[in-house]
Amino acid sequence: MKIHEYQGKEILRKFGINVPRGVFCPTADDAVPAAESLGGKVWVVKAQIHAGGRGKGGGVKVAKSLDEVKQYASQIMGMQLVTHQTGPEGQKVRRLLIEEGADIKKEYYVAALTDRATQKVAMMASSEGGMDIEEVAHSTPEKIIKVFVDPLTGLSDAQAMELAKGIGVPEGSLVQAVDTMKKLYACYMETDASLAEINPLILEGNGNIKALDAKFNFDSNALFRHPEIVAMRDFDEEDANEIEASKFDLAYISLDGNIGCLVNGAGLAMATMDTIKLFGAEPANFLDVGGGATTEKVTEAFKLMLKNPKVEGILVNIFGGIMRCDTIANGVVTAAREVNLKVPLVVRMKGTNEDLGKKILAESGLPIIAADTMADAATKIVAAVKK
Amino acid sequence: MSILINKDTKVITQGITGKTGMFHTSKCREYANGANCFVAGVNPKKAGEDFEGVPIFASVKEAKAETGATVSVIYVPPAGAADAIWEAVEADLDLAICITEGIPVRDMLMVRNKMKAKEAAGGKKTLLLGPNCPGLITPDEIKIGIMPGHIHRKGRIGVVSRSGTLTYEAVAQLTEIGLGQSSAVGIGGDPINGLKHIDVMKMFNDDPETDAVIMIGEIGGPDEAEAAQWCKANMKKPVVGFIAGVTAPAGKRMGHAGALISGGADTADAKLAIMEECGFKVTRNPSEMAKLLKAML
Repeated sequence: MKIHEYQGKEILRKFGINVPRGVFCPTADDAVPAAESLGGKVWVVKAQIHAGGRGKGGGVKVAKSLDEVKQYASQIMGMQLVTHQTGPEGQKVRRLLIEEGADIKKEYYVAALTDRATQKVAMMASSEGGMDIEEVAHSTPEKIIKVFVDPLTGLSDAQAMELAKGIGVPEGSLVQAVDTMKKLYACYMETDASLAEINPLILEGNGNIKALDAKFNFDSNALFRHPEIVAMRDFDEEDANEIEASKFDLAYISLDGNIGCLVNGAGLAMATMDTIKLFGAEPANFLDVGGGATTEKVTEAFKLMLKNPKVEGILVNIFGGIMRCDTIANGVVTAAREVNLKVPLVVRMKGTNEDLGKKILAESGLPIIAADTMADAATKIVAAVKK
Repeated sequence: MSILINKDTKVITQGITGKTGMFHTSKCREYANGANCFVAGVNPKKAGEDFEGVPIFASVKEAKAETGATVSVIYVPPAGAADAIWEAVEADLDLAICITEGIPVRDMLMVRNKMKAKEAAGGKKTLLLGPNCPGLITPDEIKIGIMPGHIHRKGRIGVVSRSGTLTYEAVAQLTEIGLGQSSAVGIGGDPINGLKHIDVMKMFNDDPETDAVIMIGEIGGPDEAEAAQWCKANMKKPVVGFIAGVTAPAGKRMGHAGALISGGADTADAKLAIMEECGFKVTRNPSEMAKLLKAML
């Protein structure tokens, strides 16, 4: 689960990390009063969307007067902000953060994430703050310093110092930088984050270390013990179909293709998508109905797929293990009737009670095309939509 | 022979009294020698009772002492599953198989590092399979986990995969063309897990009753590449490889917690290229995994 920058900064502040003073603005009209309450002469107007790269896309502006605050706030609010993470259609800006200006002397990068290979927490830092870190990793990998933290002992002073010195924090600010690293690590662990990133972490003219941005991802498996984080969820930033799917315990992801697919198991679902592509079409979605697919779940899954206007055909691929093929066949027939299915449907079933399942489909009177293998199913659905 | 388990393995079920635990213990006991293999259950609140004649003990340690079991299978719900793994490790079992899906990553990080610290201090090494996995099976001998037993046939092909149903797909293809399996192992779809592809490939390489292997992976993480590199230098048997997720977009979690492209190196295309370079016969068509393998024998 992702959150906004202003929420991330609240978390950082709670863990004792220095962040700029700022006011969250749900409307553009709140911007000027927010700037007035902050005082000072320079403010930053920041679009709050979940995607990164907002600055480049025009979603972050420095205002040197209240008039500029007003002007930028009304420009940014409601704009369709396009960044390298939003896709070409962009993301609508519905929230703003107004912050006091900062005296930036140097920008750094620091992040905590879980490293799968070592099964430790990786703390990464770079002297190249404010840039896209993927870009830095690609072009100047030597400018990224990594330490691997044993979660049983935590980030040591020595490791934090290695990071701080490695990115060139000046002598007088080292203690504060080390303290910030350790607090970021604590924050990462205690909130069950899967990513905690500060980019940029800045050195101010007066030598202070401050977090100018905050990006968090949280482990969805751990949300049950963090109601305070669940409360930060912003449904406006998520795909409506994916939200709908999660209500029925379906794993659904919208894609760009024309063939909807319904599969049990994540690996088989991806393999089915790949097969559709291999045989000349593109998958319209990823959809895993999971192990305990009921008729209701299958019906909801059909409804979800058909909400996508690009869907020209549907491929169902079920490996009946514990879940029996006849159960799924009944589900498919009921669902196809209930949604009054108009697009071609290819069903491939394998496993427990396979013959019974096939019989149910054949006798349903519905124009269901049966297939033996994934490849056969993909070939048939591709042919059917081309007709 | 086979890897990790056989008809003489004695198994403890942790979480035997839950709905999933009961259902699958029943199924596992019906399969091959299962009735003799599943010897104990654990639930501190129900010690002294039994499930279908399988005695329930208060702790893994006690179950092990009373029955001589060396393996446990875990169906404990996510919030307590990592603790259940640790209990199996503290009881010095040989292998713990964790079926549970949805365990917080931090809990897995902690328990994996505790396991490594125990080994480093000279303690007994307990292997972990999973979590979020279907388990493993040695056909006609024993199945530990949630896979459908009847699609398997005894034979000489090893299967290892991160995904449940995709493993069944490979197994069914093999069975259909007359190739049985030595063992089929699901290592699970979580980012922090126990046995990885490389560990299972080493076991299949050393197993005199395995002739060839189907290795199935998916997007996300370095494991398949690591296994392929090891195989390039060491694997003596033919391997067919498939990676799911060529069409998966970057930055999106595809069902499995671990199926997330986080950089250029863990896309399906990148992994397929490395596997091919390391001598695997790779395919982009998952319907022909078994056919390709047969052609290599």
